[in-house]
Amino acid sequence: MPTTVPSALSGADIVWVLVSAGLVLLMTPALALFYGGLVRAKNMLNTMMMSFVALGVSLVTWVTVGYSLAFGTGSAWIGDFSMAFLDGVDLEARGTVPHLLFMAYQGTFFVITAALISGAVVERIRFGPYVAFIALWGLFVYAPVCHWVWGGGWIASLGALDFAGGAVVHVNAAAAAWVLARTLGPRTDYGRLALLPHHVPFVVLGAGLLWFGWFGFNGGSALAADRLAVLAFVNTLLAPSATILVWMLLDTVRTGRVTAVGAATAAVVGLVAITPAAGLVSPVSALAIGAIAAAPSHFALVWRARTRLDDSLDVFAAHGVGGIVGALLVGVFADPAWNGSYDGLLHGNPSQLAVQALSIAAVFLYSATVSALIVFALRRITSIRVSPRQEAQGLDVALHGEEAYSDGEGAVLVLESSNPAPAVRAAA
Amino acid sequence: MKLVKAIIRPEKLTDVLFALFEADVRGFTVSRVRGHGGEREAEETYRGTTVRRELADKVQLDIGVSDPFVEPTVQAILRAARTGDVGDGKIFVLPVEKVYRIRTGEEDRAAVTPVGTGS
Repeated sequence: MPTTVPSALSGADIVWVLVSAGLVLLMTPALALFYGGLVRAKNMLNTMMMSFVALGVSLVTWVTVGYSLAFGTGSAWIGDFSMAFLDGVDLEARGTVPHLLFMAYQGTFFVITAALISGAVVERIRFGPYVAFIALWGLFVYAPVCHWVWGGGWIASLGALDFAGGAVVHVNAAAAAWVLARTLGPRTDYGRLALLPHHVPFVVLGAGLLWFGWFGFNGGSALAADRLAVLAFVNTLLAPSATILVWMLLDTVRTGRVTAVGAATAAVVGLVAITPAAGLVSPVSALAIGAIAAAPSHFALVWRARTRLDDSLDVFAAHGVGGIVGALLVGVFADPAWNGSYDGLLHGNPSQLAVQALSIAAVFLYSATVSALIVFALRRITSIRVSPRQEAQGLDVALHGEEAYSDGEGAVLVLESSNPAPAVRAAA
Repeated sequence: MKLVKAIIRPEKLTDVLFALFEADVRGFTVSRVRGHGGEREAEETYRGTTVRRELADKVQLDIGVSDPFVEPTVQAILRAARTGDVGDGKIFVLPVEKVYRIRTGEEDRAAVTPVGTGS
């Protein structure tokens, strides 16, 4: 039986945002693969779980109060509790899609942003305190920052451009990652052993799935099946391709070899860089943004590895530096001929660049400060780092009692009544 | 000449390698092995199934050394591989009848002396 769509709602828009929400959700398990492949085999499951757990913790946090704090009317600084527990979030239109769908779509961003942080602290953080951190961080950092930029807060009033989350998602998560890595200290083996990726195919697969999901992340941020969505989609296609190309050249010049981990990283850097600009710049500018973004992240990564800052999977180099470059460049390349209203430096509005810089600095400082306060509070209550023994043993077995790669030999089923290892007793 | 065969915890391998390098022991073979030595095994859970690992992952080092190097090698491993808990492993010192270096055909002591150390 056909139902008539109320006038404010658009069927096409609903379909596209529904699909986009699903695509963005896929980015979190994709990130789990990307990060998981980059760590040592003994920490594979723990690393994947640090992304995957956000699907549980962050979504629940989002629907209880997170969404309301981010998108409630509130003040210029933060929303309010008017929509706590989805009060009033119904099937009526918000824009051209139901309010409930808008909430769900934004929720998937909340999840992936929290998960991004984990890359800085893999192989050594205790799982419980990590979960507590991302829950608190979501409420005290993501929600207000999201409100500033997308919820009608002060950065929005300033006119800063952030199409799909260069500042809200990437700079924001990278600042937290940096603080957390600093506080936690480097892994025990950091600086004396090469801590190598244990499964590069997963890194490449994860990067590919992230790219796929990113079409929903950027394309869906138009919140409509319209021309802006097409622009954002195509720019999401083009920017990373330019980044990969430039990255491979840099790899070649620096070491004489093109690497798979490098190419996968480059794709993510390009995606990060185009995120704030996706629906605001021309396709050729997207290529330029992707190309320009390669070098800063590439060298940030090389430089970071020589410091004592064990941002293990280079969240800062990829998402922080990439996000900053993209958020600045949207202030250069924003083109009213493509987006309809916003112009950047190249189109006669140099002040946009200053606004972009201010918004990045504000988000970075706020996220870093409040993240530090949260870590400080958690450390007052409990230790946030595993013991050296557990770290050496690997967090999969030590914390989760599971192994990623087990051949099952010698695994004895434990039954309620069974005596522990009778064979051992006889031998002893 | 002796063959020092040590079975250690995998997570102690790095420490042991560094201790061996410090003791100037530079020729050895490392293998991943599994064994059972009376340690309280870790329990793991997969969905509803709880299992106990009766075979623990270990690392085996085979080190051919000349007689003066036996004691330093053993001491290095004892020091570096110990946690004090059951499951730290074993060291076996076995007599060796003959050693050849394939590349040069050198025998015995010359064969177990790493290139460039001179002694």
